[in-house]
Amino acid sequence: MNERENILGRIRKAIRVPAPVPGTHGPSRPVSERESAADIPEWLPRVGDTFGERLALFRANASDLKADFVLLDSPEQLPVKLREIAAAEGWKKVATHSNALTDGACAALGLPVLRTDAGFEPQDMESCDAGISACDALIAQTGSVLVTSQSAGGRALSVLPPHHVVLARREQLLADLPAAFALLQAKYAPAYPSLISFITGPSRTGDIERILVLGAHGPKKLTIICL
Amino acid sequence: MSITREASEFKKAAAKLTKDLRHRSLIRNALKKYEVARNAKCSLFQDWQAARQTAAEIKWDAINHLDSHLAEFARNLEAHGTHVHWADTAARAREIILKIVREKKARSIIKSKVMTGEEIHLNKALEDEGFDVVESDLGEYIVQLRHEAPYHFVFPAMHLTRGEISDLFARELGTAPTDSPEELTMIARRVLRGKYIAADIGISGANFGIAETGMISITENEGNARLTCALPKVHIALMGIEKILPRLADLALFLPMLGAAGAGQMLTAYNTMYGGPRQPGEPDGPEEFHVVLLDNNRTGLLADPEQRDALHCIRCGACLNVCPIYKNIGGHSYGTTYQGPIGSVITPHLRGLQQWKHLAFASSLCGACTQTCPVKINLHHHLLQSRRNAIAQKPVWWEKIAFDCLSFLFNHAGLFSLGMKLGRIGQVFHPLIKNTRFDPASAWTRSRELPRVAPQTFREWWQNRK
Repeated sequence: MNERENILGRIRKAIRVPAPVPGTHGPSRPVSERESAADIPEWLPRVGDTFGERLALFRANASDLKADFVLLDSPEQLPVKLREIAAAEGWKKVATHSNALTDGACAALGLPVLRTDAGFEPQDMESCDAGISACDALIAQTGSVLVTSQSAGGRALSVLPPHHVVLARREQLLADLPAAFALLQAKYAPAYPSLISFITGPSRTGDIERILVLGAHGPKKLTIICL
Repeated sequence: MSITREASEFKKAAAKLTKDLRHRSLIRNALKKYEVARNAKCSLFQDWQAARQTAAEIKWDAINHLDSHLAEFARNLEAHGTHVHWADTAARAREIILKIVREKKARSIIKSKVMTGEEIHLNKALEDEGFDVVESDLGEYIVQLRHEAPYHFVFPAMHLTRGEISDLFARELGTAPTDSPEELTMIARRVLRGKYIAADIGISGANFGIAETGMISITENEGNARLTCALPKVHIALMGIEKILPRLADLALFLPMLGAAGAGQMLTAYNTMYGGPRQPGEPDGPEEFHVVLLDNNRTGLLADPEQRDALHCIRCGACLNVCPIYKNIGGHSYGTTYQGPIGSVITPHLRGLQQWKHLAFASSLCGACTQTCPVKINLHHHLLQSRRNAIAQKPVWWEKIAFDCLSFLFNHAGLFSLGMKLGRIGQVFHPLIKNTRFDPASAWTRSRELPRVAPQTFREWWQNRK
């Protein structure tokens, strides 16, 4: 505990002399605190106002990121679409969690299903061909999927299997990052889930000669199905 | 003049790599791709300059009220069941982590990229006690297999070609040679998958610490940090005390900024906030979460109001990528954990000004770093200030005499014009001693031409004009 006081004491002593405020030279104006992050949305990339514009932007971002984005006309198409992917990739076993969207979809697959809800062995999940999860939101500005350890079946489901399939509803499509943080605050504060993750495209690396390779450690494929 | 061991090693390494054309083209090629991608992403911001100003102001608030933010951060982490440790020095941070690892009777440890870990030489400390430590970030894994330090604190293996990596894997892992980056990545993926599942402990860094909610935020592309923080029973995060941001919503700016400036991506593939160990009702995650807060002389830098903004750094690496010095001497020449302009600014504060002042002098002061920095750190001015501080603290006697002589010369017009005349005559004979040990200007003329004294000075022309 002493070390905590040592460090905080050194900090208090150090900041007694004020530093120049950014963008100014010489003596600083009175020390003032920024009360909020209210101006941030104005600087970030532009997002359209209508659902159509946001959808188009999300689709374009997903395609740049090499993620698959599928917009279904009706919820009845979901089992059909999933069976189609399962057949194309030869899935033998999938991992998922219990949720209004995932339950029906996975039952229709007719494959062995590993559910994370009551705990699981990592080896079992590693042997699954896909992880199917719900999400908190989709973000048009960046083409991201927002998941948490509460909404998307824990921590490993979205990164351990080689293919992550995200199921979302149209109304979950948000405009920008500030909206996503506002949603998190409204939905969870103060008891946030232990993990909150913005997933932006499949796992990737450029560590060898700056050449893009997908599936470095996490999923090689990311499919976002929007109902 | 006495020259430190660090300075002489730096000079030797820098001189060698500056002449290495293969190295130069490799680095230029890698950084060109970065530059194109970065420009494309920064231009998508509605106002990148205003975003920089806002980011600088948020970090200014965080650093200039660090005591209250840090206390709030720790309080909120502890409220969700996280163990918070405070480490004055590198040695203390190593002790704290070793104690946890010993208590858990760990056998194998998986690490995601953690530069503070490099700073405190964590791997060596763990290996010396017999623990098996594996780096999971692909670039870090490659340099770990080569037993060398990261070449760049964002792109650790930027200096290697696929051929060199293929040879390395063949030698260390016994795999068949390949020239496909994809196959090489898949080799690492296969090897490391087993390590994640077997590991008892995961060690990570932190890109940001959110005071308001008590979370750390990790920015990555590979998913290795996600796995490191998901599968092992214990997660330890090592974080410098300056990483604080006041509010969760501040990340809406800092995450895309770090992605754009650091890697030319609007967001990297995974930007993840960790607020505690596995909570009731969650299916997986570590049983224990430890956050180790590292000072290691950061408070010394904090005490210098002139250079305090160097603690605003979000370690995006943009200043390295645009630095003409970095591009020529390469990352290893610095001999520091943090390379490039930001490393040259903070290393003298973290590890001693006199020992590391040479880094402040190894700069063209072109200001490309300051211009590109997303949080507006006044980098090249700080290098200049470090030069001033180093000389003021320990004057070099012969430089002092030289400058006194020069100032005397400049203050006496007759002496000055005599000097010019002598210079003009002396210059004729200079080629006779050039490249020999009698050349008083050899430090300059070894690799450059000496500018010629004009046949007629301006003063002479002025006096003789009609």
